[in-house]
Amino acid sequence: MASEEVKLIGYWASAYRFRVEWALILKGVEYEYIEEDLFNKSPRLLELNPVHKKIPVFIHNGKVVLESLVILEYIDEIWKNNPLLPQDPYERAMIRFWAKFADEKLVLSAYLAMCSLEDEKGKAEKITEAMEALERIEGELKGKSFFGGESIGYLDLALGWISHWLPVWDEVGSMKILDPLKFPAIISWMNRFTNHKVIKNKLPPRDKMVVFFQERSKIISTTLTKNK
Amino acid sequence: MAEEVKLIRTWSSPFALRIVWALKLKGIEFETVLEDLASKSPLLLQSNPVHKKVPVLVHNGKPVSESLVILEYIEETWKEKPLLPEDPYEKASSRFWAKFSDEKLLPSVWTVFISQGNKQEEALVPALENLQFIEEQLEGKKFFGGEKIGLLDLAIGWMADMVSVLEEVTGLKLIQEDKFPLLSAWIEIFADVPEIKESGAPREKLISKFQAIRDAYAATK
Repeated sequence: MASEEVKLIGYWASAYRFRVEWALILKGVEYEYIEEDLFNKSPRLLELNPVHKKIPVFIHNGKVVLESLVILEYIDEIWKNNPLLPQDPYERAMIRFWAKFADEKLVLSAYLAMCSLEDEKGKAEKITEAMEALERIEGELKGKSFFGGESIGYLDLALGWISHWLPVWDEVGSMKILDPLKFPAIISWMNRFTNHKVIKNKLPPRDKMVVFFQERSKIISTTLTKNK
Repeated sequence: MAEEVKLIRTWSSPFALRIVWALKLKGIEFETVLEDLASKSPLLLQSNPVHKKVPVLVHNGKPVSESLVILEYIEETWKEKPLLPEDPYEKASSRFWAKFSDEKLLPSVWTVFISQGNKQEEALVPALENLQFIEEQLEGKKFFGGEKIGLLDLAIGWMADMVSVLEEVTGLKLIQEDKFPLLSAWIEIFADVPEIKESGAPREKLISKFQAIRDAYAATK
């Protein structure tokens, strides 16, 4: 087959970029990775994603696909081996629902909890919100090895950040959202996920992440306090 | 084969209206369960325990929540009269813009209509920018879906009646024809599609409702 253009523009610390990269590797797709400096955005990024000016940006034979979950579905439709989504419409609806839920409720609460350096009360509220959301996710594992069943699927990739980013946020934020007593299924899923042969070779370095999120949380905390 | 299709909705929810449109366009028979959000029914709490919101589609006893997720479910379950294009790239594009509508466009338009004075002027900037992005998506097309109505038309369809109601309530013309010629034209032909036309909430009721909401926001200043 003629060589395809498959490019992924991402950021080293972004979980959203890794979702896409994991999908490509799981399907054995050859691609070129291009690092973008999110704190000094290139003209190319602004041209490719004028609406959001964000990564990941996925380029396939000149066509630009944006938004990590949209990209995952696109990849699954183009490269049909090792399917990421189930066939059944109801099951597909469930995983789309939970991915949306986690992106809208869990990510933001956990991140803001980490960044609430000055606001004890606000931080406690965010931690509670995050843990309530995580409880729902815990329920979805229901004794399965992965959210996708026996193998990694769309929802594992969408929630993958929990396995490697959330522990870092817990450390940086001096909190414990990932309570092993409350979330035993998630903890064992995390170990399985990060030890998976594809995932374990494709994770950002933890020590660099800690430094990065420490800096980010200081900056964001200042902004949050100023805006009160 | 007897199918049971129930749609839990409120009389005014634009998100629920998307589902009414989709079901009608595909010729699917369904039962409406009207919900009073001030007094949520056991059925709603059971069917959408996570968000306790409408719309919820209950198909043969199985509930699906989140309107865009429901639209995709409907599309994949009833394959006649497709709402999404076949091409994966075109599909991805529809999904991207549907997400944009819910995450950026709608909130920015809403902010314009609940704000007053200076705050409203500030709110206009992102709203107009977002409208411009959508305007560009209509270039060379009759509907967002091309020749026929598609999922993206349903996702953005809230603009068709909500915006004119909001414009009447506030006296502010947001979608000016000279600035947004394509969007203005689309609003008219979309609203004219029979399944859309017959489904709208009573305009006077909507006007009262939004007037009350806007007054409540002004009172909290």
